[in-house]
Amino acid sequence: MAERVASLRDAYGAALLELGARDPRLVVLDADLSAATGTRQFAEQYPERAFDLGVTDAATMAIAAGLSLDGRTTFVGTNAVFAAGEAYNFVRQSVCFNGANVKIVGVPSGLLPGPDGATVQMLEDVGLLRGLPGMTVVVPADAPSARAATLALAERPGPAYLRLSSVPLPTVTDGSFVVGRAAELRAGSDLTIVAVGALVHRALAAADDLSRVGLSVRVLDFASVKPFDEPAVLRAARDTGALLVLEEHTVLTGIGALVAATTAENEPVPVRRVGVPDVFGESGAGPELWDHRGLSVERIRDEAWELLKSRGKVS
Amino acid sequence: MAGDVPAEVVEGLRATAREVRRDIVRMTYSAGSGYPGGSLSAVELIVALLFREMRVDPRRPEDPGRDRLVLSKGHAAPALYSAMSQRGFFPREELATYRRYGSRLQGNPDRLRLPGVDASTGGLGQGVGLAVGLALDARLDRRPSRVYALVGDGECQAGATWEGLLAGAHHKLGELVVVIDRNRFQSDGATEEILGIEPLPEKLRAFGWTPVELDGHDFPEIFRAFDAARAHPDRPTALVAYTVKGKGVSFMENTHVWHGRVPTKDEAERALLELGVPPSEVGL
Repeated sequence: MAERVASLRDAYGAALLELGARDPRLVVLDADLSAATGTRQFAEQYPERAFDLGVTDAATMAIAAGLSLDGRTTFVGTNAVFAAGEAYNFVRQSVCFNGANVKIVGVPSGLLPGPDGATVQMLEDVGLLRGLPGMTVVVPADAPSARAATLALAERPGPAYLRLSSVPLPTVTDGSFVVGRAAELRAGSDLTIVAVGALVHRALAAADDLSRVGLSVRVLDFASVKPFDEPAVLRAARDTGALLVLEEHTVLTGIGALVAATTAENEPVPVRRVGVPDVFGESGAGPELWDHRGLSVERIRDEAWELLKSRGKVS
Repeated sequence: MAGDVPAEVVEGLRATAREVRRDIVRMTYSAGSGYPGGSLSAVELIVALLFREMRVDPRRPEDPGRDRLVLSKGHAAPALYSAMSQRGFFPREELATYRRYGSRLQGNPDRLRLPGVDASTGGLGQGVGLAVGLALDARLDRRPSRVYALVGDGECQAGATWEGLLAGAHHKLGELVVVIDRNRFQSDGATEEILGIEPLPEKLRAFGWTPVELDGHDFPEIFRAFDAARAHPDRPTALVAYTVKGKGVSFMENTHVWHGRVPTKDEAERALLELGVPPSEVGL
């Protein structure tokens, strides 16, 4: 059966249309990347509530905050490197410290603005923004999750960051995303893969491979990075004894670091982090860039194998 | 509040401004830290805004229809706090808690702690953008609120200030007034020696704003400038308010030294004497 593939930003754009109809005060901001952020339909439908502020990522975050100090919901989309990097202190002070009701959407994100290369391949955004008090951080794995997350964040008062992949991804969830809750996509008892965002489908592929040799691998979709479903991680640690964390983000500050710290404090078990090592990205085409940066299904399987070996599950 | 301001009103505002200056000296001395120079330069501008120009009600600080003030140069907080307390937003005694642990009077204004503060600020260069967003918010909701941003001249070196100015002009935010406290000095020295921003009025005009130059310590001139801003409903106005850094305390005037330095006990007492505090009440 061919897997269904769908665009996260189209799902986001469609969710914005729904929200625009439901909430007549909702505003959408862009910073000269509306083609990439998928907001054009909203702008056509609600021109008076769509603002393209040009290449002003820093001021755009302050403007978004000003729009939302009294509770208006404002979505603001731009490349993750500008949202989290260029505008960081504006997100920190104008948005988060003010408690403004701004939903920041980082798209594209990760390695797959591929051909454009390292300067626009943002691999540090989740680490930067999850460190901000009051910030909600969500990284959906597929289009149904992106839709559900967009709707959920609009309902949730306060600042949020939604990291979206710009490439269509296989549908792996049932779209029942809930803020603060990890979703178990695959039951398992020998090992858990904690996967985030664009790579969740690769976690499932690796789990499938391992199941063919009789290994039972749990796969958790950790779209809700903050609030973080600590009970789900600790349960996985207790039940399966080892965790592999998979993310399209630098391993230095990503979810792997968070999972390792959480388990070390509460339920120490072996943890392996599979993410981008301490290097920038580089130009390249499509998902093979993931392979080049150590995020191939083979690598995931090999790392899982090492963990299973250390636990005496395989020899 | 158009029209000429009656002389007795101006006299009252001057008395209020004098009290604000005394508070700035007492607060920064007592806290042992703070920014007296740029607080003293902004006194008349803040008093003019809170006591006459802006529609605000201390009993209803969250009123959606109120005018908004973004103190982009958040380090001038003591001037804002003193004016707010005199305007009735909170008890005067609370000024003594400025910068102390647990206080609502944080080193930079914090809107979530202190009702009446419209935006939390501190990091420079963010206030114009915040004010643009507030003005768009009011326009979308068809609220008549006017929005004011008080910006330091040092902040006019920040790129994001100019990003915000571009957006304000592009969206024809006639209800938005940016007031630049042009006291000529920043932390490290004179602005024109560190990184020149002149000719500032011409730059503002080129960015689509209507610049109005004025003496930022002269109440009638300040109100005339605010009135002039109302004459352009589809074009934002930038007041270039020429002020004196450290205004009112002779040894703090026209130097960058007192940007972030606070007075010793002797210096504070001398300052209070200069500000007309009777000798019997100067003792700290």
